[in-house]
Amino acid sequence: MSKKDLGLLILILVVGAIVAIINPRFLLPINLANTSNLIGLFGILSIGQAFVIITGGIELSVGSVVALLGTLFIDFIAVRELDWPLAFVLIIALGAIIGLVHGWLITRLKLQPFVVTLCGLLIYRGVARFYTADGTAGFAFGQNFPELEFLTAGRSWGVPNSFIALIVIAIVMWVVLHRSVFGRYLYAIGKNEEAAKYSGIRTGRIVMAAYVICGVLTALSAIYFAMYTRSISPASHGQFYELYAIAAAVLGGFSLRGGEGSLIGVILGTVLLQELQNLVNLLGIPSSLNFAVMGGVILIGVLVDQQWGVFRARRLMVDAARKNVAGAPAE
Amino acid sequence: MNYSDTSIAAITPFLSLENVRKTYPGVVALDGFSMEVRPGEVIGLVGENGAGKSTLMKILGGVTTPDTGTITVDGTAHNSLTVEGSLGSGIAFVHQELNLFENLDVAANIFFGREPLRAGPLKLVDRSKLREMVAPLLKRVGANFSADAQVADLSLAQQQMVEIAKALSIKARLVILDEPTSSLPLAETDKLLDVIKALKADGISVIFISHRLHEVERVADRVVVLRDGMLAGTLGKRDINHDQMVKLMIGRMLKEREKASEAARAPGATALAAKAIRTPTYPSRPVDLDVRRGEILGLAGLVGSGRTELARVFFGIDGSLGGTLELDGKTLVLGSAADAVAHGIFLVPEDRKLTGILLDLSIAQNISLPNLPAHARRSLVSASAETATAEKQKKNLGIKAPSVQTRTGTLSGGNQQKVVLGKWLAMNPKVMILDEPTRGIDIGAKAEIYGLMRALADAGVAVLMISSDMEEVIGVSDRIAVMHEGQISGILDKDQFSQENVLLLAVGKQPK
Repeated sequence: MSKKDLGLLILILVVGAIVAIINPRFLLPINLANTSNLIGLFGILSIGQAFVIITGGIELSVGSVVALLGTLFIDFIAVRELDWPLAFVLIIALGAIIGLVHGWLITRLKLQPFVVTLCGLLIYRGVARFYTADGTAGFAFGQNFPELEFLTAGRSWGVPNSFIALIVIAIVMWVVLHRSVFGRYLYAIGKNEEAAKYSGIRTGRIVMAAYVICGVLTALSAIYFAMYTRSISPASHGQFYELYAIAAAVLGGFSLRGGEGSLIGVILGTVLLQELQNLVNLLGIPSSLNFAVMGGVILIGVLVDQQWGVFRARRLMVDAARKNVAGAPAE
Repeated sequence: MNYSDTSIAAITPFLSLENVRKTYPGVVALDGFSMEVRPGEVIGLVGENGAGKSTLMKILGGVTTPDTGTITVDGTAHNSLTVEGSLGSGIAFVHQELNLFENLDVAANIFFGREPLRAGPLKLVDRSKLREMVAPLLKRVGANFSADAQVADLSLAQQQMVEIAKALSIKARLVILDEPTSSLPLAETDKLLDVIKALKADGISVIFISHRLHEVERVADRVVVLRDGMLAGTLGKRDINHDQMVKLMIGRMLKEREKASEAARAPGATALAAKAIRTPTYPSRPVDLDVRRGEILGLAGLVGSGRTELARVFFGIDGSLGGTLELDGKTLVLGSAADAVAHGIFLVPEDRKLTGILLDLSIAQNISLPNLPAHARRSLVSASAETATAEKQKKNLGIKAPSVQTRTGTLSGGNQQKVVLGKWLAMNPKVMILDEPTRGIDIGAKAEIYGLMRALADAGVAVLMISSDMEEVIGVSDRIAVMHEGQISGILDKDQFSQENVLLLAVGKQPK
């Protein structure tokens, strides 16, 4: 765990302690369970985003993808009555295809990630609304999927299964990002794509793979979100989720220029964001201020981090200079 | 003003440094350094990388403050300069990396931020006045381009002229040229040296920093040699010669300049063959070239003659628009650099920091990068395997760094270049292409890199060296291919080597 991550963890604990002191309901099992459920849902989404950001790209369409794939998933199992495992596989495959198309447009046709995924944001939202004719996708009365519901919205030993899913995914993705050959390539490309290419790395394929990973994780979280809300109005479902994901990554120490950030960081970023949401609710802050609080905290966080970096660099210099002076007479 | 005043002005130095000392944490960058620059004098400033040249420049530019010492500019003594003060007293810099806006034209660059404005609230730029102001400046530097030309369309030498014109526009009295010729081909270098002589004739002083000693020989009135932050010596006009400078720079005479063994080498079999290859830059000019095993083939030519473009095709970065590549007699199709690497064709690129290495990664991570799967078990990177490979290359190449975990960004140019070499040597090269391998590298490291190239060739590797440094091309190569406007204009064998022949071919004429 890097110092940055440790700082973030301390911040999370301090904020948590303050909220708990002001409103002890923060620590009620029901509140913790709800919050950790949301951390699970947004965490999966944010990990996907992080893989794209590490390459220096950005994926703006994830909110719309959550809406579209969520709508399709509910439609598949509730209206078309597909077996849910089949629907699950289909949705994940669709997520992968969306990622593949984005990656292809970006690496082969050399379009900018911002542009490609911004178009995706608009397209998938529109398709989702058209698919339901702007209606709401939901389950009919009495429709039940016990296994699916247990896996997505259920709890084990009081812990939401979505949170457990996040932990499992996080461990796997940590290994991929920080230990695997592929992860090293991702960092190398994020730092300097040209130099990576000149080292014989097939950069196009690697970047494309990052978008596919993002697509798959987004699809997975789309299913979790769908099973959490159980009814989806495609006009608003998942709106701004891409920004939650990007915010979590930035808070977690990712640079939008690429090549920087850790998996633990993005998880902690997600935790802090959800804690802030919870704080707004628990401290009686008008919920209309929700976004303002989030934006403010992110800004302060980034500022402190940057200033801390400057401060440390300066202190190192001063230390070294002092050592130099102290050592001078011996010369 | 009376007569005695002017005569004093003629001998009073424009700039003098006395006992300047500057320390950084852990290092003494300049130690009791003194020098002076008289009006109209061209000073050649030489020294190995790390000798303190950059620190000296920073002090003169007012970017950094010396710990002790006096700087006298135009008769006024200072403890340190400020950026404005330095500029205001007429000290101008032309840096190795040019500071031009490529998307603007020449005139806009020269007077950037100081444009003449039309009257009125809109403050529009007065284009005609601007052109009038620029014209005499361009004339003084002998420019053969117009004030309206886009900087991006100019050659490197022309861009340097723009920088010098910019320096003149602020009424510079001392122009400091930092490695101005390191990226220039011969013909353009001559132009630049002419500009320096013109400046001198106008009474402007010049400090010319260069690793290319024969150029220093040609223009300098006096040579100041820095070594380890100290003045190693000063050479007057008559004493300036290559060996003296080298002796002062490294503190001893270089052993007999390395000459490739005169014994005729039996030419090996052709390793890499280009047959009517067409690069994207010169689509209508097919290139035929053979690189043989066990030889160093020098590829000379002017900048822009298509040498780097050819190397990019050989390395799979650019696709060929026609023709075929053959490796050991078999047709080779390269879709990417990864394909080239898989076939043992490696490139040490021209731009080390942009394409050669990843500055933020460690030495070990850079060296393992092209061959990472070999340093991994079940797709997981093995740090110990990585370290072992890197340690071997570090020892082998004499990379000077605290450890292989050191970030490559903190290394000197020569050591960075060795990391680039190390990552390829750790694999099995068949064809090694080196594009300007010694640019910006100090003399000691240069000799080591020449030695390495020779060792590779002796081990049966086909070595292709692109270089704009004439001494280097002639001193190191077994054969020299010369390019002119996208085509091979001729190939010289050892007995035909001469600067004149290379130059004739480079401008498209026949050798003698």
